[in-house]
Amino acid sequence: MRFVDEFRQPELISKTAEEIRRLAGTKRHYRMMEVCGGHTHAIYRFGLKDILPENIELIHGPGCPVCVLPMGRIDDGLAIAQEPNVIFAAFGDMMRVPGTRGSPLEHKARGMDVRIVYSPSDALKLARLNPGKHVMFFAIGFETTAPSTALTMMRARAEGIRNFSVFCNHVTIIPAIRAILDSPDMRLDAFIGPGHVSTVIGCRPYEWVARNERKPIVVSGFEPLDMLQSIVMLLRQLQAGEAKVENQYKRVVPWEGNRAALQAMAEVFQLRPYFEWRGLGFISQSALRINDKYSEFDAEQRFEVPGIRVTDPKAAQCGEVLKGVLKPHQCKLFGRECTPEHPIGALMVSTEGSCAAYHSYEHRKAAMVSLSSIA
Amino acid sequence: MCLAIPGKIVEISSENCDSAVVEVIGVRRRIDLGLLQDDKPTPGDWVLVHVGFAMSKISEQDATDQMNTLRMLGEIDGAMQEVRGYGLDEVN
Repeated sequence: MRFVDEFRQPELISKTAEEIRRLAGTKRHYRMMEVCGGHTHAIYRFGLKDILPENIELIHGPGCPVCVLPMGRIDDGLAIAQEPNVIFAAFGDMMRVPGTRGSPLEHKARGMDVRIVYSPSDALKLARLNPGKHVMFFAIGFETTAPSTALTMMRARAEGIRNFSVFCNHVTIIPAIRAILDSPDMRLDAFIGPGHVSTVIGCRPYEWVARNERKPIVVSGFEPLDMLQSIVMLLRQLQAGEAKVENQYKRVVPWEGNRAALQAMAEVFQLRPYFEWRGLGFISQSALRINDKYSEFDAEQRFEVPGIRVTDPKAAQCGEVLKGVLKPHQCKLFGRECTPEHPIGALMVSTEGSCAAYHSYEHRKAAMVSLSSIA
Repeated sequence: MCLAIPGKIVEISSENCDSAVVEVIGVRRRIDLGLLQDDKPTPGDWVLVHVGFAMSKISEQDATDQMNTLRMLGEIDGAMQEVRGYGLDEVN
């Protein structure tokens, strides 16, 4: 409980933690998956595991877009950027992600024109500023970022910009949840639903999880109190034998989502028949491609794409960790061959990946222990 | 990329009503309001910004809380680097 005092409303947090202990009792084990990588990061950073009773186990889900992107897609994007006069623009999170022959940053060091952008609209601005070059935006993310990519392409089309394209790797969260639930070795009791994805898609798309799979799901905010309250809401449902969708993050997430954002996505994208996820394999209708109306802005149509496939090393057990069958440290490669500095598996790639989060948390914890022994 | 950064709308462009300037702890940047068609913010309102686009209107209290969360997550520097657009989009 050492972190509690730093949080806002520490008394309320202590009270909520007590309520969790009371509801959880000791007889039953609860396995809850937080779908969103932002939640995973927050859980470790805030030390929520130290606050929760032992019989509540948090399983870290697939909601880190950098982690689930197959290495072959990075290779494909970098192959396009080898063409003369192409600028490779991507979010900062992508820059250290390894491809077969190095990360975008390493390609930059070898002379490729690689730019970090905060926003797809910054990539479009680069195109305006560099009329003699072609700017390819390497788009990633769930429904949180997909509408922004879509609206940027609508703006590019309206302006008649010709030297801009998008290499689209946007994925959708619901099919990933479905894939996890369909897996035969999956054992989950409930879901902590993603916060910011839900500002776009709303809460309705989760209703099948509750209805068909009989799993409670609570859309949650990111503060410690938010997540603890969400766990209380899940425990209450589980004990009442209920399975419904609830919204703990009402102050930001409207039940119906964001209509303008959904419309922008519908204008520009269509579902791919299938897409590969690192750690989970091919999932049908789980990703977005650019539709024919916007084909002139589709890097996959404008350029030759090699279609590289890179299989993860067999020893990496990312799939089992994603489904909660294994804890990060139980993977044979964890902390040995696979570290945040030299990631081999998907989940070690980004700070929001469960292995990277676990790795830095364990290290911090070890550092604290050695500090306290000195003191 | 996944960070939601709270910003206060300080100006909406007179030529383009989808273009606004927000302020995030003293730093200003231009953002796009095109994904808030149904509930357009006005100067003084607070919004959550994802990758340069306002995604939801929030209260001032929620904005302060979100900033604190980013601080506790150790993400403030990253967020401010993003707001500055890596040198591309700072509004002077």
